Amino acid sequence: MTLVLWLALTWAQLALALAACLATWRIVIGPRAQDRVLALDALYVAILLLFIVTGMRLGTPFLFEAALVIAVGGFVGTVSLARFLLRGEVIE
Amino acid sequence: MSALATLPPWLMLPVALLLVLGSTLTLLGAFGLVHLKSFYDRLHAPTLGTSWGAAAILLASLISWSWVEDRVFLHELVIGICIMVTTPVTLMLLGRAALHRDRADGRGGVPQAGREP
Repeated sequence: MTLVLWLALTWAQLALALAACLATWRIVIGPRAQDRVLALDALYVAILLLFIVTGMRLGTPFLFEAALVIAVGGFVGTVSLARFLLRGEVIE
Repeated sequence: MSALATLPPWLMLPVALLLVLGSTLTLLGAFGLVHLKSFYDRLHAPTLGTSWGAAAILLASLISWSWVEDRVFLHELVIGICIMVTTPVTLMLLGRAALHRDRADGRGGVPQAGREP
């Protein structure tokens, strides 16, 4: 029965790492700035979920705080980048 | 893994299913991000990862940590609520920014700004 959980954790880690790679690829090829910002947001989420799955596997609670910081920092970063694209400046 | 091995089978199965579901949905969203042609289509793809992708993985983590620590563990809910509240805001802002830029440059085939209803 432990094998099922091991397989699920391994699949989850591989799938999330691949998702992060695909988002990075969109950042590299993204034709315009908004594509890159969107891909950066997707990259944040994939890495956050990868941190949580890795924390489950290692049995350490320290990766929670990292995931929480990524969640808050990703929101602020994406909103400020979108606002920059909309207005040309972040703080008016 | 050593701590998670103490989970009973009736709890291990839903945790494994939630993990597979969440990570597969996130992977599908990232695949759509690369695969879809227009930016306004791509805008919808990562929401797979931020809705049920994040929810399923956070739920699996919540269940397993609550069993291992033998108390109710609610840290994941903070992350989950944070993601689910902020994602629509960021994507709305990003969509408006993209529309503004496309209108300013006259590309992307977007309709011009009319009078607001």
